[in-house]
Amino acid sequence: MDAVDPNVFRLAIFVLAVFVGYYVVWSVTPALHTPLMSVTNAISSVIIVGALIAAAAATASEGAQFAKGLGVLGVLLASINIFGGFLVTQRMLAMYKKKDKSAGKT
Amino acid sequence: MSADLAALLYLVSGILFILALRGLSSPETSRQGNYFGMAGMAVAVTTTLLVVDLTGMGILLIIGAVAIGGGIGALIARRIAMTAMPQLVAGFHSLVGLTAVLVAAAALYEPEAFGIAAPGGGLKALSLVELSLGTAIGAITFSGSVIAFMKLQGVMSGAPIVFKGQHWLNLGLGIAAAIFIVFLTASGGQAKTAFWIITIIALVLGVLLIIPIGGADMPVVVSMLNSYSGWAAAALGFTLENTALLITGALVGSSGAILSYIMCKGMNRSFISVILGGFGADTSAAGADAGVDRAVKLGSADDAAFIMKNAGKVIIVPGYGMAVAQAQHALKEMADTLKEEGVDVSYAIHPVAGRMPGHMNVLLAEAQVPYDEVFELEDINAEFSTADVAFVIGANDVTNPAAEEDPSSPIYGMPVLQVWKARTVMFVKRSMGSGYAGIENPLFFRDNTMMLLGDAKKMSESIVKALD
Repeated sequence: MDAVDPNVFRLAIFVLAVFVGYYVVWSVTPALHTPLMSVTNAISSVIIVGALIAAAAATASEGAQFAKGLGVLGVLLASINIFGGFLVTQRMLAMYKKKDKSAGKT
Repeated sequence: MSADLAALLYLVSGILFILALRGLSSPETSRQGNYFGMAGMAVAVTTTLLVVDLTGMGILLIIGAVAIGGGIGALIARRIAMTAMPQLVAGFHSLVGLTAVLVAAAALYEPEAFGIAAPGGGLKALSLVELSLGTAIGAITFSGSVIAFMKLQGVMSGAPIVFKGQHWLNLGLGIAAAIFIVFLTASGGQAKTAFWIITIIALVLGVLLIIPIGGADMPVVVSMLNSYSGWAAAALGFTLENTALLITGALVGSSGAILSYIMCKGMNRSFISVILGGFGADTSAAGADAGVDRAVKLGSADDAAFIMKNAGKVIIVPGYGMAVAQAQHALKEMADTLKEEGVDVSYAIHPVAGRMPGHMNVLLAEAQVPYDEVFELEDINAEFSTADVAFVIGANDVTNPAAEEDPSSPIYGMPVLQVWKARTVMFVKRSMGSGYAGIENPLFFRDNTMMLLGDAKKMSESIVKALD
């Protein structure tokens, strides 16, 4: 039998991750659906790894220079998302408070 | 760093992202979850920087880009008003989409750097298909999110834009994009023009897909674009052979899909009918008996204050109108004053209240309403029959009894908050107009309903004054 193509392994990881995502997301409480959207937005910016590779590429050819430019722009856009997404999520989550028993005394 | 070690670290990063979402199962663990997310991102970025060959110039460019982008992001995150969260999320989605397009293009122009060059020059066929899908989904996410952003921000009317043959045009564009993907793949990546044609078609398609969807369906649109941004990332995860991207893409893609499903269910609409759009455009069928002259009981802030002060139990139902009027703080003050009078106050949230999933919960949290006073539809609906007052502020369609009683109503079958079961129902509204769905609410004309016409914030403040 031939060796399994690495792409098949990647497909397996992907399919399993869809299932993990399915069960994990259903367990998210509806009250936190907005933070869920902002945090998924932040983590999808992990696409920055692609932009970093392009930005770091050697500029041997014209195509490579173009790719490098795209990469730098990509790093910039993804950084807006990473910092903005995680920080706004943090800001939102900090607001969710339980009933404060001591507040009743005032 | 060896490729094996890098692959393992990307896996660690993917697992940290799973833990980040897992944390959101309760508010207590959510903050820790967010730190897991940040850690996952740090691991992914550091690993990448250690794998690539960095030149001094490259380091400078990357640091510069991260500093500028990060600065802008941090500034936005700090300044943004909580009521503007739906448009912010839409805006962020557009950035993910655009980044996906840029990365796909970079991979096409410089395949060696990504390790996906075919031995004889050009790119592997599979990589080309993957990056074409990446740019197509990314471009749809980008332009679709820009339209969603403009609708939510009010730069563009929220009304659906429909024209004849719209769906056939979309289908045609989709087929055209598929043909160009085949063409690009057959050329071994040499036909770079085909790549840009695919991208442009997808950009147009993104606009066309979102313009027919009306304001009230925005929660579905925002969730759907969230899902698309995930699938775009996943497609490029295949191209870049990167586990972190694959896992993240799958997580985000399924997260957005589940949220879309929950939102559709909250409106009793099929996903397809939301996507096809046009809901709320046709108002001719709705409000058929509007001509009948019916009496409405109008109330003042003093009346409302008097009734609520003497009530044992008040349930507050917030809607988009509360967000528009920024009334959450005034509302909280009103609830606090009522609690001092010994009134039992709780909040009822409909899944599609507002313009994105969980929109009302965030606003109430901002006003420091404890989250254990806030309940979802299925948990609180039985409580209305024992409530003295249902205080509906800026919501309409989600309380419409026609959804349960009138099979001819366009919203028949939609789960609604049964506010009419409370002894008295109060509606804080700007006018007697119908809701986003263009449907008249028969509740306005019932004997136990009191209409409090005015701005949600001003009305809440007046009630607080009257309570003293």
